[in-house]
Amino acid sequence: MIAIIDYDTGNTRNVKKAMDYLNIQNTLSADPAVIANADGLILPGVGAFGKAVEALKQRQLIPVIKQAAKAGTPILGICLGMQLLFDRSFEFGETPGLGLIPGEVVAIPDDLGVKVPHMGWDQNQVTQTDSIANGFDQEATYFVHSYYVKTQPQYILAESDYGVKIPSIVRNQNVIGMQFHPEKSGRIGLNGLAEFKEVVTNGNYSRN
Amino acid sequence: MLAKRIIPCLDVDHGRVKKGVNFVHLTDVGDPVAIAAAYEKQGADELVFLDITATNEKRPAIVDTIEKVAAQVFMPLTVGGGIHTVADMQRLLKAGADKVAVNSQAVRDPSLISKGAEKFGAQCIVLAIDSKWDSAKQRYTVYVNGGRQATDLDVIEWAKQGVAAGAGELMVTSMDKDGTKSGFDIPLYQKLTAAVNVPIIASGGCGKLTDFNDVFKQTNVDAVLAASVFHFGELTIPDVKAALKKDGVTVR
Repeated sequence: MIAIIDYDTGNTRNVKKAMDYLNIQNTLSADPAVIANADGLILPGVGAFGKAVEALKQRQLIPVIKQAAKAGTPILGICLGMQLLFDRSFEFGETPGLGLIPGEVVAIPDDLGVKVPHMGWDQNQVTQTDSIANGFDQEATYFVHSYYVKTQPQYILAESDYGVKIPSIVRNQNVIGMQFHPEKSGRIGLNGLAEFKEVVTNGNYSRN
Repeated sequence: MLAKRIIPCLDVDHGRVKKGVNFVHLTDVGDPVAIAAAYEKQGADELVFLDITATNEKRPAIVDTIEKVAAQVFMPLTVGGGIHTVADMQRLLKAGADKVAVNSQAVRDPSLISKGAEKFGAQCIVLAIDSKWDSAKQRYTVYVNGGRQATDLDVIEWAKQGVAAGAGELMVTSMDKDGTKSGFDIPLYQKLTAAVNVPIIASGGCGKLTDFNDVFKQTNVDAVLAASVFHFGELTIPDVKAALKKDGVTVR
């Protein structure tokens, strides 16, 4: 069972709708017990970093997610949910994240002659071969964000060029992130969710 | 590079698409799900649903419509029409909308924009503006109530004010051009894109392929909204995109 973490931020229901459409067993839950026992986790998110961290804290979910990651449970963070996987964000002051992938979240510079937020369909360039990035090379997906992740190339599977190189798919073993919305990116996005299901089914991860 | 977006607009009257969408190979021409799926297949980048239901009692139908479309069609969905409160926004977003478009009520009470942006993020709040050129005042005037009523607002100033309040995108319809099929209102969008730095959706006036090329080549708008040319199959989205691509405009 894949648990979609429901912490009152963003339209988590659309992730559920996509999973339902794909006939992938899933549950929308904020219950620490359900999340701790799930085979895979999806951390969605739209909105501000600090508020999202606060919402996770209130539900006592931070230690649960960290523990699951450590135990090797595949986790997929989407959009803000991906940014939360990193060490810290500088959106409205510095806020620590989950620290599951080394790196930090910074603002897209607004002096590059591009509009911020980065909103719309943008192309991905796959930089490392990985099942989760299958099919995304030179394909456009739907992005909506004003901040982006700075991390080392080893964690980047795909990126999108928006004046700066924006990591669009990241992975550190069982912890995966997508900056775009796979649930809003048509067939290609649904494929990404299906690949995550494969990781959950086939994966055998142990960390540390 | 970010792709320019092509967005069909569907008028919905308690749960059915109105104004005669006339697709080939569609058995139920009024069914929002079937129409949305057909547009997804054509390569639409996003869909806008405009709730034109006149009575408040029948408004909940739009929530049900969005719920059904969002379960089958996986691209961004924007809903406008009759949004008066943050609670209205919440219902639509919960049902599966990604963005909500506010228009007349935002003019009456601009705090609707800021309240919505604070709760859901600026990227969720689209400010829809109906614009008409006033030759006496030499400016674009904002109209409300479906374009029936003029206001004191200047379109460019209202756009800036809306963005400052938290609107993450503007959807601006030229009433002068709407229905004329004589091309988009290029000067309007040149002025708007110079005034604000959020994405702008141009609407009103497209009739032929070159209209799309013109608006993207001559202004910095991010998307175009069109209804009848697509609904009646006069133009198809693949045709429009092929013409844009040929002209060096980035499309998906």
